[in-house]
Amino acid sequence: MNGDKKKGNVSRRTALKAGAAGALALGFPAIVRAQSDKIKIGHLTPLTGFLGALGEYAVLGMRMAQEEINKSGGVMGRQIEVMSEDSVNPATAATKAQRMLERDGATLLFGEINSASAKTIMQVAARNKRLFMSVGARSDVLRGKDCNRYTFHVDIPVTVMVNAVGQALMRDGLVKGKKFFSLTSDYLFGHDLAKAAKSFFAANGGSLIGDELVATDVTDFSPYLLKIRQAKPDVVSTNLGGNQVTNFVKQYAEFGLPYPVVGFNLNTADAWAAGDGNLGGIWPTVWHHDLDVPGSKAFVAAFMKKYGKRPENHAWIEYVSLKILAQAMNATKSTDTEKLIAYFESQAEFDLLKARKGYFRSWDHQLMQEAYPFTVKPKGQAKGKQDFLAFGAAVPAANQPLELLAPAKEQNACVF
Amino acid sequence: MQFLFLLEQVVNGLVLGGYYLLIALGLSLIFSVGGVVNLAHGAFYAFGAYVSLEIAKHTGFGPSIVLSPVAVGLLGVLFERFLLRRFYTADPILSLLVTFGLAMVAEQLIRMIWGAAPLSASMPPGFKGQLMFGDFMFSRYRLLLLAVVAGVLAAIWLLLHKTAFGRVVRAGIQRPDMVAALGIRLQPYMTAIVVLGVGMAALGGALFAPITVVHPAMGAEIITVAFVVVVIGGLGSFWGVVLAALLVGVVRGITIHFAPAAGEASMYVLMFLVLMFRPRGLLGERIEKFE
Repeated sequence: MNGDKKKGNVSRRTALKAGAAGALALGFPAIVRAQSDKIKIGHLTPLTGFLGALGEYAVLGMRMAQEEINKSGGVMGRQIEVMSEDSVNPATAATKAQRMLERDGATLLFGEINSASAKTIMQVAARNKRLFMSVGARSDVLRGKDCNRYTFHVDIPVTVMVNAVGQALMRDGLVKGKKFFSLTSDYLFGHDLAKAAKSFFAANGGSLIGDELVATDVTDFSPYLLKIRQAKPDVVSTNLGGNQVTNFVKQYAEFGLPYPVVGFNLNTADAWAAGDGNLGGIWPTVWHHDLDVPGSKAFVAAFMKKYGKRPENHAWIEYVSLKILAQAMNATKSTDTEKLIAYFESQAEFDLLKARKGYFRSWDHQLMQEAYPFTVKPKGQAKGKQDFLAFGAAVPAANQPLELLAPAKEQNACVF
Repeated sequence: MQFLFLLEQVVNGLVLGGYYLLIALGLSLIFSVGGVVNLAHGAFYAFGAYVSLEIAKHTGFGPSIVLSPVAVGLLGVLFERFLLRRFYTADPILSLLVTFGLAMVAEQLIRMIWGAAPLSASMPPGFKGQLMFGDFMFSRYRLLLLAVVAGVLAAIWLLLHKTAFGRVVRAGIQRPDMVAALGIRLQPYMTAIVVLGVGMAALGGALFAPITVVHPAMGAEIITVAFVVVVIGGLGSFWGVVLAALLVGVVRGITIHFAPAAGEASMYVLMFLVLMFRPRGLLGERIEKFE
C-alpha cells in the first residue's frame, strides 16, 4: 500500500514540474529561443549487442570532436549539442531517428555502424528531407540500390575493403586457382560483403567451394570449423562482423586448422580482443593509430590523454565526421539541408588526418579516401597488448586516383 | 564419408552440450529448490569470466579457473542472503523482475569497471591445437573442458544422491513443508545451492573466456540457451538437464551441418516440439508446489 501511495506522489510531482516547465516556456519565449540557438544533432549508434563495443568508441570520438568544436567557438558562433542514443536494432533506430527530428529538435542525423540500421535511418532522413551523415556503415547497397540524396557515407564501402585485401592477396599469389571457403554474417552487411568477395574471386580466378551463413548471435563456431576441415579449402575467407570475428579468430586458433585465413572486415577493437597469438592473415582497415601523419598522431595523443586508451577506428571516423559536418556548416553559413548537400556535392575537400584529403563523390555521396591492409606482426615484435598489427601502406597508392578501389557506377548504380 | 562428417558433428555437439550443462544445471537447481527463476544467472557467468581474467594477471591461467568460481560463489552468498531469500514464498513474478533488473545492473557494472570493449583472453599455448582420434578432430582445450565438466557433474550427483545434504535438498524440492515439520531449516541449504549454482556458472565463464569474446553482454548471450536447456530437460531432474544440454548441442551441430543459417533457431524448434508432447520437459518430475 505504501508503495502505491509513493508512486502517486511521484507522478503528481512530475506532472507539477512538467506543468511548471510548460508555463515557463510560455512566459519566457526568449529563453526558448536561446536554447534553440544551439545546433542540435541526433546521434545514433549501437551501444549494446554485437557491435556495442565499437559504438562505445564511436561515442568517445564524437564527444571529443564536439568538445573541440564548441571550445573553439562552435559553428557560426553557435554551440553544437549532440543527442546520443543506443540505436538497438533497425526498427528502433528508425523510431528514434524520427523522434529526434520531430520532437527533440535535431537539425540532422549522424552516426550508426550497423548497415541494416543505417538503411532504416536513411529512409527516415529521406522522408523528412533532412541530412543523414552515415558514419560507420559499410554495406555497398546503401550507396547503390538503396541510396538517397539526403545521405552521405563516410566509412569505406565493402567493395573497397575487399579490393584493399584483394590487392595484397594477389601480390602473395593467394587468389588464382585457389579454393576458398567463406563464412558470412547473416545480415545486410555480411551478405553485401560476400557479394563483393564473390565477384572479386570470380574476376581473379579463385573459386568458392563453400559459403555458410552465420547468425549474428553465434558464439560457438565449432560446427563451422568442422565443415571447413571437411571441405579442405586452400584459403578460409571471412565476411563476419563485430564480435563474430573475434569469436571466430579465437576458436580457429583453438582448433589449430592449417588453412590461411583472410578477412574482409575487422575493426581494431575486435582484433585487440582476439588475444595473444590468435590472429593471423590479411585484413583491411579504414584507419589505424599507427598511421604516420602528423594530424593523426596528434589525434591519437589527445585521445589517449583524454580517455587513457588508444582510439579505435570508429573513434577516429566519428571524430573526423563531426569535423566535416562543422566545416560544411561554417562554409555554407547554414544548417539548411539543401545548402549542405550542394556543398558536399561540390566535392569540397576535407582533412581526414590521412596523407591525402578526401571528398564526397557527387553521384553516390561516398567519401573517397585511402584505406589500408594490415597483417599481424611476427611473434616477439609486438610492444604491448594492442600493438600486434603490422600496418600496411595506403591503397590506392599516392600516384593513383582515390576512386580506384571504389565501386564503379555500372557496378553499384545509385540514382537519386 | 558424409555419414562420418555427420558423426563428427554429433560428437562435437556432445562436447558443446557439456558446456551448456555447466550453466543450466545451476539454474535448474536454484529454481527447483527455491522456486526462483534466476534471470541474473548469466551475470554470474560473465563475472566468472571477468574475475578469472583479473586473477590470471597475478596467478596465471590454472589457479584463475579455480579461484574465480570461489570468488563469485562468495558473491552468491550475498546475493542469496540479501536478495533471493526475500522471494522464495513471494509471487514468482517479483523474483523474475528483481533478477532481471539485477542482470541489467550487473551488465552495466561490468561496463563501468572493465569498459564496453571486449577484453582479450588467451589460454596457455600448450592447450591450443587439435587432437585426432581416427578421422575425428577435437580441440585439445575442449576435451580438457569436457573432463572438468564430467568431474563437476559427478561431484554434484554424488552430493545430491549420496549425502545427507543431498537428501534434504531433494526432499526440500518435493515437500518443503514436510522438511520443515521435521525440524530442518531449509535456508542454509538454499544458500549452499545458490553458491553451488552460481559457482558453476562462473566456472563456465572462466573456462570459456579463452575461446569466446569476453564482453559485458556475454551473460545475456548464454542465459537464453541455459533456459532452453532447463525447459527441455524438465524441472527437478538432474538427468533431464544433462540429457537436454547434450541434445541441444547435438541438434545444433546437425542443423549447422545441413542448414547453417538455421543453426541458432534449431534449439527453439526443439523446445517447441518437446513442450508440445511433454509439457513438463523430457524427464521433468511432478513438483507439487509448482503445479
